[in-house]
This record gives sequence, structure tokens and C-alpha cells, in this order.
Amino acid sequence: MTTIIDIPDVATTGPGAVSRFTARHAAMMPTFAAIAILLLLFAGAEAFLRGDFITGSNISALLLDNAYLLVMAVGMTFVIVTGGIDLAVGSVMAFTGIWLAKLLADGTSVAVAIPVMLIGGALIGLLVGVLVQYFNVQPFIASLAALFLARGLAFVVSLSSIKVEEPAILWMQSTRFKLGDWYITPTGILALAVVGIGAFVMHSTRFGRTVYAVGGNEQSARLMGLNVARTKVLVYVISGFCAGLAGLVLTAYSGAGYPRNGIGTELDVIAAVVIGGTLLTGGRGYVLGSMVGVFVYGTINTIINFKGADQSWTRIIVGVLLLLFIVVQRVIVARAERRHN
Amino acid sequence: MKAIVNHRLFWPATALVVLVAINAIAQPRFLAITMRDGKLYGALIDILRQSAPLMLVALGMTIVIATRGIDLSVGAIMAVSGAVALTIIDSSGSPDAVATVGIAVIVAVLVAMVLGLWNGFLVSVLGIQPIIATLVLMLAGRGVALLITGGKITTVNSAPLKYLASGYVLILPVAFFIWVAAVAIVSAIERRTALGVLTESVGINPEASRLAGVRSRGIIWGAYIASGILAGAAGILAASDIRAADANAAGLWIELYAILAVVLGGTSLMGGKFSIAGTVIGVLFVTTLESTVVFLGIPPAQKPVFFGAAVIVVVLLQAPRVHEWGRKVGSTFRKQPTDSKTEVEVAA
Amino acid sequence: MPADTEVPPIVEMQGITIQFPGVLALDNVDFFLRSGEVHALMGENGAGKSTLIKALTGVYAIDSGAITVAGEARTFGSTADAQAAGISTVYQEVNLCANLSVGENVMLGHEPRGATGIDWRRTHDRAADHLSALGMDIDTKSILSSHPIAIQQLVAIARAMVLDAKVLILDEPTSSLDRDEVALLFGVVRDVKSKGVAVLFVSHFLDQVYEIADRITVLRNGKLVGEYPAAELPREQLITKMIGRELENLEAIAGTAQREIDRTAAPVISARGIAKRGFLEPADIDVYAGEVVGLAGLLGSGRTELVRLLYGANRADAGVVEVDGAPAKITSPRHAIDHRIAFSSEDRRGEGIIADLTVAENIVLGIQARRGWLRRVRRTEADAVVAEYIAALGVRPANPQMLAGNLSGGNQQKVLLARWLATAPKLIVLDEPTRGIDVGAKADIQAKVAELSEQGLAVIFISSELEEVLRLAQRVIVLRDRHHVGTLDSSEIDLDGLIDYIAKSEEGSAA
Repeated sequence: MTTIIDIPDVATTGPGAVSRFTARHAAMMPTFAAIAILLLLFAGAEAFLRGDFITGSNISALLLDNAYLLVMAVGMTFVIVTGGIDLAVGSVMAFTGIWLAKLLADGTSVAVAIPVMLIGGALIGLLVGVLVQYFNVQPFIASLAALFLARGLAFVVSLSSIKVEEPAILWMQSTRFKLGDWYITPTGILALAVVGIGAFVMHSTRFGRTVYAVGGNEQSARLMGLNVARTKVLVYVISGFCAGLAGLVLTAYSGAGYPRNGIGTELDVIAAVVIGGTLLTGGRGYVLGSMVGVFVYGTINTIINFKGADQSWTRIIVGVLLLLFIVVQRVIVARAERRHN
Repeated sequence: MKAIVNHRLFWPATALVVLVAINAIAQPRFLAITMRDGKLYGALIDILRQSAPLMLVALGMTIVIATRGIDLSVGAIMAVSGAVALTIIDSSGSPDAVATVGIAVIVAVLVAMVLGLWNGFLVSVLGIQPIIATLVLMLAGRGVALLITGGKITTVNSAPLKYLASGYVLILPVAFFIWVAAVAIVSAIERRTALGVLTESVGINPEASRLAGVRSRGIIWGAYIASGILAGAAGILAASDIRAADANAAGLWIELYAILAVVLGGTSLMGGKFSIAGTVIGVLFVTTLESTVVFLGIPPAQKPVFFGAAVIVVVLLQAPRVHEWGRKVGSTFRKQPTDSKTEVEVAA
Repeated sequence: MPADTEVPPIVEMQGITIQFPGVLALDNVDFFLRSGEVHALMGENGAGKSTLIKALTGVYAIDSGAITVAGEARTFGSTADAQAAGISTVYQEVNLCANLSVGENVMLGHEPRGATGIDWRRTHDRAADHLSALGMDIDTKSILSSHPIAIQQLVAIARAMVLDAKVLILDEPTSSLDRDEVALLFGVVRDVKSKGVAVLFVSHFLDQVYEIADRITVLRNGKLVGEYPAAELPREQLITKMIGRELENLEAIAGTAQREIDRTAAPVISARGIAKRGFLEPADIDVYAGEVVGLAGLLGSGRTELVRLLYGANRADAGVVEVDGAPAKITSPRHAIDHRIAFSSEDRRGEGIIADLTVAENIVLGIQARRGWLRRVRRTEADAVVAEYIAALGVRPANPQMLAGNLSGGNQQKVLLARWLATAPKLIVLDEPTRGIDVGAKADIQAKVAELSEQGLAVIFISSELEEVLRLAQRVIVLRDRHHVGTLDSSEIDLDGLIDYIAKSEEGSAA
């Protein structure tokens, strides 16, 4: 046995503890930035609106109003970390939502209708995954096709909205578990549960680690013996399933299925995930970060509503934020590349 | 050369012919063209007219895709352009004056050009991935358009504006001539100058092009500018069609239809060689498919199902695995070389 | 079959033949790996090293021959098969996931799991154990990309040990390492060797080969030259076996190298101290009109790096360049082209030919790029230029409308040459123009170069075939290890002398 060779941590100026921290957690920096932005937003809103903003009921409403986005963001995180993208989620949400409403209106029991619509979402995700993995179709195009398909199918189910009278569904939204000023609905609990499960899978299962590996270097992952093909298909199935869940949540939220739901929502989801610290190029990102991103989006929306300004401002600001994040991501990546050349 | 043209345009053209045939068989009215007041009318004429906005956008998209890029913001640019033009016309004292409309059009197209410039800057100077770079404008652009119209749908009563989308020159629609002119101009610029070849070179092999001295940055930037200008023109046509600027609906999802048309026409999403003729056929196919859906009595809202299926079929046809299956089926008795060997050149 | 050992080799490759379209990459090659031994595989570009390794790692299928691992006959249909047989590879581009932590990379796919998913503490502990078993003490929680490539390679080796490798293939592991890092790596390799692993070491750095290898196998032009114990093969013999004497008959291009060059005027290009960190140490070069300057040295010596800096394909950190006596700033290919410098890359497929454009379009590209997009080269002019060069260089098939990607290597090189010559440059840089092409094309290209230099063109010529360099060049610049070690007059040295010079500089002290 030779003597132990001590390999110093990467040569950085500054105290050892800081350099060790960065060496371990550099990937989390973008997410920390997102959290910082969220806190800034809260503080700013609080100041702007003279102490009216940070209340229990407002924050609870934040979760309630954006629960559907949260669920989709979890699925999207899986896809984007592998380096792919899923443009179909908004349409799948609409399709599964209206399908649920129709099934219920036709007399199907809830216990059947919900699993059926969830499977529907997962199947569309499977279609995308198969196109991407086995037919080498770019994720953008494959999920685009699915977007068309799902949107059209939503209208095939029904050309207009269908009210939901099923008590089980309505219960999910109307029930509130209160704690002082704070409250949460079953849909909120569902959303948080999805976040929790997603975060666990990403962090503590071999599948989750394969997702990161594929996003980091697909060829290496393959050479290292990981099942890349299955993983790449599964992430789209997960995304489709989450979109189905979002359909459930949104239908409960609005008390009806509506085929026009979610037009453009996929972009909001992608923006939230990117702002939350997930790199569009793949390999880095956290489910919890995406949650932060969704809250950033939701807060901006709330502030804009408060000010009575045009809804369109939300999209503009989110667009600008997104751009900022992307440029910064690019600079960081470019700097890291230069260091290693 | 003939063989290549035959090969590249053969399938798209066949697909178009087949589609028209299906329509003609299902509804013989489809092929009917009538002449009234010295103008031609009919389903086919409608297709020629209605394909104008998509044609313009798809032209720009073709060039951008050839550089290995993509422009997702064209719909948003259309919305902005329409909003700018109609706001100018609306707030002028003389909406019926040709001069007003003329100025409105020019300003709107200039604004669209600036947006294209912005996209090109992000991609060619900052080096941001085209999908992401144009996604930003796709998100924010509609918001900007809404601001310009003040959150409402601006309507105007302007004869010169209406003329663009609905009028006729001689016996055929103005809109038709507009897109024919655009196709001619773009083709001339691409093929009579060296721009086309240099663009293809950049798209096929950016590094080799750089070493050969090609100014890649300018070419890529120019592609996005062109896409912006064409989208701006398309936005005016779309607004003219409904005599209003609807920031939310203008050009909604047109980028996706444009990409479909380009891919249908034979240009590869991977960049490189492009075909304007192919794009023209692709656009006509898409527009005809839309008409087919209407003719078959299918509610327009369900249209996307067909387009989704169309995209999947087209894309599968381009997939290497499917070609392999085709080859295997067609040559069961010939020994197949292993894939890895045929594609790699011995380097060391 | 080697007779000097009783224990059979752990890997036996016998009669391996692999044929590609138009090229016989490996011709009946035998190769053996023994446990507890470091075996170096040597040969220049095109010799077949990488093909042989790809056959062993399951990337390529073999056309004939047999592979036996640990006594069992094996057919590898994929990389997974090879891995399952106990063969692990560490490539030059480290095949790990740089976005994950060190510990995770070592254990990826084999993480210990508990009731609540992956047990990270045990994972990192295990990883640390494997790393320290090789004498390494790294923070396993740090992200892999935060470490230099040298360390990443060591982590890759540690992972190979996790997978219980019987054979460890190191493919050019030291190309990006400095001296200390190489020492680190070799320490680990010796450790691994002492554990009974068979190590296959591929490198073109002769120093290192002699330092670490027990045995050397030499390949040349796809054939086995021989297998020798390292201690019994002196440096010059090794180089001679690798480079060899040209057995084919090439037309004697008489008298070219012995021309008088007018060195009174300013050189076409002159560089002093041109350098880039981690890329090339400061080097000097002068090239006069009508002169051919050859760059000689083994793979990795810095020849391509030098010319890429001159051309602006990569930006130099330091150095002064003059063109025709006047200072010139060349930081991009466009600047070089404006100064009428042309560059034919050694990677003619990846950096030269635009595969989906026609031969005609490829040839005209140089002129067109210079003129800009607005002024298109007229059809008549283009046709004339294309026809002229297809004839002058003998491009086959002589069809201007053929897609350049479908031509053979030799003809692609001619098209590339045509593109540059059509721009009437003052200086042309040819990086390995004769590599991997057939004998006839080789002769054509060399004849053309000689002819052009006689007409006043300045040429920088890089070739691994030293005979070609001596045949064409008036002066030869020798490089080693990214250093410029000397400039020789070709009339004062012959092939053996040049080989000697390179060998001696390889033997030199400082790395």
C-alpha cells in the first residue's frame, strides 16, 4: 500500500471552508439565487403594499392558486434535468381535466375516473418518451406533437366547459384545514406531497441519480452501465402523469373542466423551473428549487393583481427574469469551461 | 441535379396532391373556381389567400432553421406588429388614408425588425441556445403587445388595411401576390447572392465554415432579422384579416405550424441545406389540411389532433430507425454491416 | 504466442482483422495482456491502436480472429459486454458525470441502499475507501467538475476498481496532465498493477512509456510489428519501428528540398514567442516565400497547436507575429485570410470539408467567404476555377456536383487544397495532408506542394511521415512536448539523423 496522497481541494483564494462549500454545492447556487429573489420579492411587496402582503392568508393563497403549476413543475424538473423539454404539459392538463369532468358527468365513479385520466396523461408522456428515445426525435418536436394532439383531444372530449358536481372533487378544493390565519386545502397538500416525493426520488433513488447522470453526460452514463433508455422514457411519463395530476387539481380549483385551460402554461412551468435553478442544458436542478420558482411566479402574479395592473405584465416580467437567469447561467458555464481548458 | 430535386420535393409534392385529391373526392365543390366581378373565388383560391401569413413566417423560419437555430417568437412578433400598426391607424385622424396605413405598416415592420435583431443578438453574440433565446420573446412579446393595445382588442375601420388581406389585384387575392413576392425576394437574396450557400455551410459545419473564413456571426444574426421582418409583415396581414389587433390570439402557435411546414418541405431541423420551394409546398399542405378539417365538418378546435398526428408521421418518416426497418424489410438477404463501422472514419 | 511466461495472458487477441469501407484497419493482429503488468500499445496515427482498443471494449465488431478473456472465448456486441467481462476503460475525455460528486461517480449504479433510499453516508464512506485504497484522499462530496482533469481520471480509475476490473485500459491518459499529475497517476497505476490488474497503456509520450510500461507492442499501418519487453527495446529502435521506412514506391520528387531560398527579404510570416497556456510553450518560426518549412515531432508535440495559433484558429496568449515584415494581429481565421494565409486542418472531415455541399461549392467556398455574401462568384468563373483544380489535382471522380462527403479521404484532401489554392494565398499551412489516404493521392499532393513552392508559395508542412517532411522541406522545425526544441537544415540531415534527433530530444531531461 502506497502512502496516502492528499489531493488538495481546488485551488481557490479564500478560507478553506468556503472553497469546500462551493466545491460541494456549486450546483445549488442558482437555487440559492432563486430563494434570494423570492425573499426580495416578499420584502419588496411588503414595503410596496405597506405591510399588507406577508400575511398567513396571502401566503396560503399563494399555494392554493399555484398548486397546479407546482405539480407540473415537479414533472418538468425531471425532464429538464435530463436535458429534454416537455411542451405538452399545458395541453395534457387541459385534456385530462376535461376528460375527468366528462367522465364524472357521464356517471363514472370517481374511483375509476381519476386513475383513468391520470393514466391518460402518463400515456401521452410515454408517446413523447418513445419518440425521443427510440426514434431520435428532438424533445422539442416530440412534445410539440403531443401538445397538438392533447389540445385537439381536449376539444374532442368537449367543445365547451363541463361543470363538475362530484362532491369528492369539490371537497378537494373547498375544504380548508386552518391554523390561525393559515390554511391549506387537500389540493395544496397533494401538491406539497408531489414535491416531497419528487425531491425524494431525485435525491435518494438510483433512478433519480440516473436522471442527473443522463443530464450531465449521457454517453458517460451509458458507459457507466446505467439504463439510460428507460430513464429517458420514464421522465416523460412522469411529466405526463404530473400534468394529469395538475388537471385534477385545476378542475377541482375551478369546479369545471375547460378545454381551453393551460394555453401557454407550459412556458410558465418552464420559466418557473429555470428560475428555480435548473439548467436548461441538463444535469443540474432541484425539485425544491422548482417550487421556489413557482412561488416566484405566483408572487409576481399576486403583486401585479394587487396593483390592479394588466395581467400581461406578469408574462413580461417573468420573461425578463428568465432571460436574466439564462444569461447568468451561460456566463457561469462559460467561465467554468474556460477554467478547465 | 434533377435527381436530387426530384427526390427532395417529390414526397412533399405528392403529399399535397394526395391531400387535395382526398378533398376533391370527399367534396367535389372543393375544386370549383368561379369568377365574379373579375375576381376568382373558390376553396383553392381561399387556400392561396389564407396561406399568406404562415408562408411569410415559414420563409423566415426556413432560414433560421438552416443555421441550426429556431425562432419561437414569431407569433409574439406578429402580435406586436399587429398591435403597433393598428394603434397607429386607430390613433391617427385618418384611418382610411393610404398614407396612414403605409406609415403604420412601415413602422410595424421596423419594430418587428428590431425584435429580430434582439433575437439575433442573443444567439449570435451571446451564444445563447436559440430555443431559449427566442423563448424569452415568446413569453414577453405578447405581454408587450397587450400593453400597446391597452389590454383591449383594437379594431379599426380602414379600407386600405382591409385591402391587404381581403382585396384583389386583377383576378387573384392581394395576399397571394404578397407571399409570392416574398418568396421571390427571399429566393433571389438567398440564391442569387452567396447568402444561401454560406448559410448552408454554417448550418452544416459551423467550425469548418469558421476556419474557411465565413462570417458566421453576421449570417446567423441576419437570419433572425429576416425572420423578424417576415413575422412583422405576417402580423399585419393577420390583423388586416380581422381588422383588429388581438394580442392574445394573433399568430398563436404559428411558430409550430411554421416548423411543421418547413420540416414537411424537406429542410432538416439539424440545419444545413434548406429548400424554399419545399417550404412553399409545406405551407400549402398545412393550409390545405386546415381547410380539409373544416370541410370535413370537424370543429376547428379539434384541428390540432390532425396536426399532432401529421407531425408524428413526418418525423417518424425522417427517423433513422424507420429507414433501417425499411432497409431491412427491403433486403432480407443482404448481409448488414454493423452500424458503428459504417459511420466512423479510421482516425488512429 | 509469447513463450516467456507460464501463466496464460488474461486477454488473448489472435488474428484480429477489421475492415472498413476502403481501409483495412487491422490486419491479422495478435495482442496479449498479462495480469499484474503494464503493457504499452504504440504506433502513429492510422496505425490501428484505437481500432484495436475499440475491438477489445466492444465498440467495434471484428471481422475475423478471436478474443479470449480469462480463458473464455468472448464476443463483444456492446460496451456493456466488455465491462461485464471485467474490462474497464479510462478515456482521455473522462467518461464520468462531471455534474455529480466524486463519491457518487465512484459508486454510481452501485450505491448502498437502506429503507429510505440511497444511504449517502455509506456511499461516501465506500467511495472514500476505494479512493484511499489507491492512495487518494479526496473530499468525496465535492463535485467532480471542481477538480482538474488529472484528478478526474484518478476517480475514473477508482471506479474501475469498484467494478472489479481485470483489465484497465488507459487511453492517452496523460495528454492534459503536467509532470506532478503524471507522477500521481503513475503511482496509482503501480498500485493497481500490484493488485494483479492488467493495464493497457496507450500514449505517444515515449518518456512516460519507458517509465511505466513493462512491455511494448508496436503497430504500424494496421499490422503488428512486434511485442517486446520494454527493457530490451531502445528508444531509436522503437521510433524506427513505429515510423519505419516507406515500403511503397513514391515518385522521387528530386531536388526540391535542395533549392536555394532567398532569405534577404522579410519572411512571409515570422513569429517570436508565440504561445498559449496549456497549449503551446513559446515558439519561434520564420517562413520565406518559396520555402517549405516542415514541422516534425511525435503526436502531441505541438505541431498542430503552433500552426493553429499562427492561423488564429486558437487565440495566442503571447507572442509577436509579423507578416511581410509588418506587425500583424491574427486572432481569428478571418484575420489570417485577410493576410492571405490558408490553413488545411488535420481533421479534414470535421474541420475542413462541408460534407453536404458539392465539390464545386466546397472549392469555391474560400473565394466566396473572402468576397462576402453579397458578391456571388459568377457561375462561369466558378465553373472555370472548379474545372481547373479538379484537373490540376486529379480529383476523382471528376464530378463537381458530387457531395464532398462521399469522396474518399484523399480526394477530400485535394478538394480542401483546391479551396485554398483558389484564393491565391501567400502562405499555406498543411496539417497532415497525407494522413489516411491512398498512395497515389499522397504522391499527387506532395508533387503539388513541391511545384507550388517552386512558384513562390510559402508552405508550412506537417506530417508524421518524416520522409515526406525531408523530401519537401528546406528547413525542419522539431517540436516535443509542446516545446520548440530545434530547427534543422534538411540538406544537413537524413531520415536516420532526424529520427535520432527526435529520439534524443525525447530522452532529454525536463518534461
